[in-house]
Amino acid sequence: MLTVQGLDVAYGRAQVLFGVDLEAPAGSLVCVMGRNGVGKTTLLKAVMGVLPVRSGRVHFAGEEITGLKTHERVRRGLGYVPPGHETFPQLTVGENLQVAAEATGRPSQGAVDEALDLFPALPVLLKRRAGFLSGGQQQQLAIARALVGRPKMLLLDEPTEGIQPSIILEIEEAVQRLHRELGLAILLVEQYLELALRLADRFVILDAGEVVRSGDRAELRDPSVHALLSV
Amino acid sequence: MATLNQLVIGASIGAVLLLIALGLTFTFGQMGVINMAHGEFIMAGAYTAYLLQPLVGTQSVLVALPVAFAVAGVLGLILERLAIRHFYGRPLDTLLLTWGISLVLQQVARDIFGAPNVQVRAPGWLTGGLDLGVRLPYNRVFIMVLAVGCVLAIWLYLTRLRHGRRMRAVMQNRQLAAVSGVATERVDQLTFFIGSGLAGVAGVALTLIGPVGPTLGTNYIVDAFLVVVAGGLGQLRGAVIAAFALGILNSFVEFWVDNGASLAKVVVFAVIIGFLQLRPQGMFVVRTRALS
Ligand SMILES: Nc1ncnc2c1ncn2[C@@H]1O[C@H](COP(=O)(O)OP(=O)(O)O)[C@@H](O)[C@H]1O
Ligand SMILES: [Mg+2]
Repeated sequence: MLTVQGLDVAYGRAQVLFGVDLEAPAGSLVCVMGRNGVGKTTLLKAVMGVLPVRSGRVHFAGEEITGLKTHERVRRGLGYVPPGHETFPQLTVGENLQVAAEATGRPSQGAVDEALDLFPALPVLLKRRAGFLSGGQQQQLAIARALVGRPKMLLLDEPTEGIQPSIILEIEEAVQRLHRELGLAILLVEQYLELALRLADRFVILDAGEVVRSGDRAELRDPSVHALLSV
Repeated sequence: MATLNQLVIGASIGAVLLLIALGLTFTFGQMGVINMAHGEFIMAGAYTAYLLQPLVGTQSVLVALPVAFAVAGVLGLILERLAIRHFYGRPLDTLLLTWGISLVLQQVARDIFGAPNVQVRAPGWLTGGLDLGVRLPYNRVFIMVLAVGCVLAIWLYLTRLRHGRRMRAVMQNRQLAAVSGVATERVDQLTFFIGSGLAGVAGVALTLIGPVGPTLGTNYIVDAFLVVVAGGLGQLRGAVIAAFALGILNSFVEFWVDNGASLAKVVVFAVIIGFLQLRPQGMFVVRTRALS
């Protein structure tokens, strides 16, 4: 479903990704792992077209999307949840979802309801300004926002980072459900091995901007994997 | 009585400043653009009213308002497409660029309309005034009603309509809007169109209280920027209060002090600098947990 080939990405003169390859088949949950600063966030942003790529290609759903604008990628079915539970702080929770639903060009109440269904905490907060929610609630909103466009694939960048433990569980369950019950393809950036072991079908480990390891879930238990993730 | 008179004059100038400041605050808040050429959209609106007068006759102000909105809006859109968009997020560069463009546009106006001021005649129902002990000139009342109407329309647009919601989203978090599927460039264009259009409307309003010349915009642009800064960037409510406060303050200082026009500027500057010492973020600050 998503294929990344030989991706080079740089911030100005500082190159951060070096020839990254990645394959995420339809319905799979692929975990992107690696220590802080190895380029996981950069990879997702490049896939979304938020950052320009220096070379390499990105294919999604049978089409090359390397040159497309960000919103065009979203309309082709890529959903993205950036790191750090981002919202439109001055818009209400409802408006946050509405903006994303309307941006798809075919807003559907059904899609909004489905997204809300996943997070029982949200419906009572619809009239609150997003900026006043707790970090965990904001993250739930961020995921719901990415879902109201009914994406074919969801990119999640450390959705549990800095979130209170009770809500981490809810988020993990939501991701499980999206993947297992609804068959959504998911690319998940996650630093914690435990979580990856519970969720991932496959994994990719980055180190200093290169893919140094990839495989399926069982291989995550390999001691060499541990070495690549520990600080 | 004279006091009330100054209040009416000040409030009507405040209303014009508000119309001008709205466009500035949107383009700065959303795109990080300091548009010095915004003043020339005021001029374009005023000359539009001037050109329409022989075609439409004395009721031309009513026709001029929507036409000037469109003319100035399209000018703004052209400027955005041809020049400004290449400098998004670089306020100082846009400042220099648009300052240059502003001078060019003034020269173009001089070439077309001549350097001397021209006059637009107000329709009969806007001359004279309402006597309530103090005289309320109809033209000034009309300007205030116009500004209030425009602010209300903008507020409804921002809060009730799909496009307005989208605009607020881009203003608050451009990248998040893009990854939510919003075509941010299109939103930028629309913002520029509306903001410039409002300056055109302000230009028509100014024809009701004075002559029209190539430097019409220059006289108001600095005050409008002060409104934006004092009101808090991108804040509708702050802009409304700051605009009327500035207009009224200006008018009173001019009245109380002999030969006040230039002194008024100095006093107003001093007050605003003092205010910004106390509240560098302007009147209203966006306060959320997200930012802390
Ligand atoms: N905006 C930026 N400008 C310059 N360098 C950046 C920027 N963002 C990230 N980097 C650098 O790129 C590298 C990868 O960052 P990132 O993709 O955020 O890593 P990760 O998500 O794996 O922690 C880091 O060395 C970081 O310092
Ligand atoms: Mg990261």
